[in-house]
Amino acid sequence: MYSFDIQRPSTVADAVAALATDEAQPLGGGQTLIPTLKQRLAAPSVLVSLSGIAEMKGICTGDDGSLCIGGGTTHATVAAEAGAYLGLASLAGNIGDPAVRNRGTIGGSLANNDPSACYPAAALASGATIVTNSREIAADDYFQGMFATALEEGEIVTEVRFPVPEKSAYMKFEQPASRFALVGVFVAKYADGVRVAVTGASEEGVFRWSEAEAALSSNFSADALEGLSVSGDGMISDLHGSGAYRAHLVGVMTKRAVVAAR
Amino acid sequence: MTKVTMTVNGKSVSGEVKGNTLLSDFLREDLRLTGTHVGCDTSQCGACVVHVNGEAVKSCTMFAAEADGAEVGTIEGQSNEDGSLNVIQQAFQDHHGLQCGFCTPGMVMSAAALLKDNPKPSEAEIRDYLEGNICRCTGYHNIVKAIMAASGQDVPAVAAE
Repeated sequence: MYSFDIQRPSTVADAVAALATDEAQPLGGGQTLIPTLKQRLAAPSVLVSLSGIAEMKGICTGDDGSLCIGGGTTHATVAAEAGAYLGLASLAGNIGDPAVRNRGTIGGSLANNDPSACYPAAALASGATIVTNSREIAADDYFQGMFATALEEGEIVTEVRFPVPEKSAYMKFEQPASRFALVGVFVAKYADGVRVAVTGASEEGVFRWSEAEAALSSNFSADALEGLSVSGDGMISDLHGSGAYRAHLVGVMTKRAVVAAR
Repeated sequence: MTKVTMTVNGKSVSGEVKGNTLLSDFLREDLRLTGTHVGCDTSQCGACVVHVNGEAVKSCTMFAAEADGAEVGTIEGQSNEDGSLNVIQQAFQDHHGLQCGFCTPGMVMSAAALLKDNPKPSEAEIRDYLEGNICRCTGYHNIVKAIMAASGQDVPAVAAE
């Protein structure tokens, strides 16, 4: 690693102030960023650890019934305490391994927006609101391609608000070495329609499969997806699977998610 | 340099660390607690698992400065007060749950974290919990048996044996 100073503010305000420094970078749980630093792929002058900010941790229910999760909440906490939203709790409980889940945070995952990460699929399929230190961003506007988000420099994800669906499920086809999603599909059925978000597949990062959403909104069953497919164009193609294979998996995992939804 | 103070295996310790000092480096180089092993240094192998505030974490993927004020537990703190092996360690010995032994500190620390939350795990639950702990001798069956035994359960012939 290159050398850097580390700061550990205890409030969001202090963290924002610390991030105003040139070349300062926020550190969530560090489960992606620390390996990145070890490879010298990032060279911050100051690393601002968000792990000491109590106001960014924990889960509560909002006035409108939505599930509000602090940006610094670990995957393990979401898995254990987000029982009001089973699909989300289950997703969190299958990220990485137990030790990773004890450090990695929802805010860190969403800020990084890895094209194979799980949380972006949940946020997009839920029509979640990403709350930062300065504004609220709709999930549909937040994800802007591989590792790209609407976040400005120094902006921190302080909370994520999930409308709780009637039924939901996340199905992940794991890349067998990394255990990241080779393809992951999150299906969420709300009173006003179904949303389907796909991670791991596209070169543009997480996306909504609108044809499946329309079909499932009129008939929430795996049969409704018969004959629907996504194109392999623009899908990630690597030694683990071709674009066409990933495109095929999108259909398979969507059906499985519909069957598993509860 | 940043001053850090934490409790390690029940004793208060402090030291000066650089921003990029990993918790694993602080434990091994500053405190000379070399029982915590660094296998891959890329967050995958789990040999460096320690407990921070009671939770299993990979100490190679956390900065020492982030553990300021924390309660840290390492393999050196696992033995009984008289220095004898604790129930998990003894079970690893009884069931030959180690070959070269490099992964063992992480395996024991992960097992301890599992049994704290789930005192009677099934074989499948043990294997699932150890997803982040790699044994390159591939001695998984005996590790699983040791954890079954440590939790006071019968040790069955495990699947795929």
